[in-house]
Amino acid sequence: MSLEPAMPHAPGFKQIPVRGLSINDVHDSVLRVVRGPLPSAKPPDVHIAFDGLQKRYSGRKGTVVALKDVSFNVERGEIFGIIGRSGAGKSTLLRAINMLESPSAGRVRVDDIDVGTLDEDALVALRRRIGMIFQHFNLLSAKTVRENVGLPLRVAGVKPKVVHERVDALLELVGLRDKADVYPAKLSGGQKQRVGIARALVHNPEILLCDEATSALDPETTQSILDLLRDINRKLGLTIVLITHDMSVIREICHKVLVLDHGQVVERGEVWEVFGNPQEDATRALLRPLLHDIPLDLADRLVADLNGRPGDAILKVRFPGNGLPGGVPFAALAALGQGANLLHGGLDRLRGHAQGNLLISLPAQGWNEEQARKTLPAAHIEVLGYVHADT
Amino acid sequence: MSTPILDRYIHALLQTLLMVSVSMAIAIVAGLIIAVVLNATAVDGLYPKPRLNKTLSITINMFRAIPFIILLVALLPVTRFIVGTTLGTWAAIVPLSANLIPFFARIAQVSLNSVEPGLIEAARAMGCRRWHIVRHVLLPEALPSILGGMTVTAIAMIDTSAMAGAVGGGGLGDMAIRYGYERYETQVMFMVIVILIALVSIVQFAGEWLARRTDHKR
Repeated sequence: MSLEPAMPHAPGFKQIPVRGLSINDVHDSVLRVVRGPLPSAKPPDVHIAFDGLQKRYSGRKGTVVALKDVSFNVERGEIFGIIGRSGAGKSTLLRAINMLESPSAGRVRVDDIDVGTLDEDALVALRRRIGMIFQHFNLLSAKTVRENVGLPLRVAGVKPKVVHERVDALLELVGLRDKADVYPAKLSGGQKQRVGIARALVHNPEILLCDEATSALDPETTQSILDLLRDINRKLGLTIVLITHDMSVIREICHKVLVLDHGQVVERGEVWEVFGNPQEDATRALLRPLLHDIPLDLADRLVADLNGRPGDAILKVRFPGNGLPGGVPFAALAALGQGANLLHGGLDRLRGHAQGNLLISLPAQGWNEEQARKTLPAAHIEVLGYVHADT
Repeated sequence: MSTPILDRYIHALLQTLLMVSVSMAIAIVAGLIIAVVLNATAVDGLYPKPRLNKTLSITINMFRAIPFIILLVALLPVTRFIVGTTLGTWAAIVPLSANLIPFFARIAQVSLNSVEPGLIEAARAMGCRRWHIVRHVLLPEALPSILGGMTVTAIAMIDTSAMAGAVGGGGLGDMAIRYGYERYETQVMFMVIVILIALVSIVQFAGEWLARRTDHKR
């Protein structure tokens, strides 16, 4: 039986490292074999399916391949993050969903409809079911906030009175009721993005596409916009596909993540899985700011061997996220013994999975690797080296 | 200043205003249409039609290359066909428009081209059809810049209309040449120049004011 039910047609399936399954997943699939689907287990509800997607641009310097054979599915109601460095093809991939860019080969299906086959009327109808927000907001400077938010309805021929009410409701939702008659230039970045969100939602879409929606915002504003997106996802149940180069955005709100590098899918899965156990260099590079690597001052003092002198062993304890639904017990850390110190690191709870890295020092004499592994079975323990006591 | 000469000034001013305003109206409408077509048919435009775009562009360049005084003569048959005569103020309007339509079309095209592509992308994403994009995005967003272009065109038009006297179009420029240059009445020429300076200043300030009023980018 397939453990990858969301990937029935994907030809590039085998090249993609499929993430390790958690105990729960295996348990689930075993039960399914025995008794059929669990009443609580929902069947995969594919909303957007990418199928062998390719995009080539022919320029003066020859052909540039932006996407090579990209296949994956986005399920209904999830927040799906696509991350990659600049030029990885994220933007092209996102724009293939509403056909702002047409692929060179392969197809994208929204609710099983191949968007590449639609004529202009059908495409307009599709786009009215898909909202989109942008890094630079793309609000019309010559229109007020109210006119900007109402424009999608206005061009769809909705009556002015209905437009007015709908715009009021959306401005209420994004907390900008008092700014209705202001021009966008008078708003802050965060407020502009809220207007962008209101405009994207005015049609009651089923899908929201976010193109680096928080990349031009300061951290505090980013947080409030992400909170709003999470709220919208919960309240309205819409599917959100977002692209970003910022891992913390993914960690904050995404359920699933796909790592794109040089136009190819290098990794994908639940966020806690990819974060807890990144397989590819591209992923690790993107994760670096969140990884709590060894601080420089400590790294400088690290030696391979103490040569019998007193000192501490430096351990990197990595929690990949599976097997610790209750978090990391203090008792387990305490069991590492007297003189153990927590030096550096952090844990994140991502959808119920404790995941992260801790840097721990232990007196080199008398520490037992075997013992440590036994007390922390869910962790990967790595001895980075030793530091002399007197330095 | 005697009354007959004052009447002549007023008469000339009205002729200039008539020529400039009617030609302006024609140049704005025709120029804007051409500018939208040029913008839309460009390779990265809303309706990419590279060959039509090129043909139109070359035609415009041809018209812009012809000096006005030659256009005035070359268009005589066209003028006769449209106005019914080749003499007078209305007859001057045809070559004047023909000269300034391509001029304004180019200026308006630059304004339309400078509308941020992101805005057009956003409009497409929200389900705008192409004419919606022209109507709600391209034209309103470019409006302040287009108004600036109109100001430049109107002033160029006042300038060019001085030559309309060659077909009996009259106007301030004609008056300056006839009285000031041909009859050595320097005073008249001086007065006409003062009136023209005032006219150009009014147009410039009015244009700037309008452009500022419609610009909400700041």
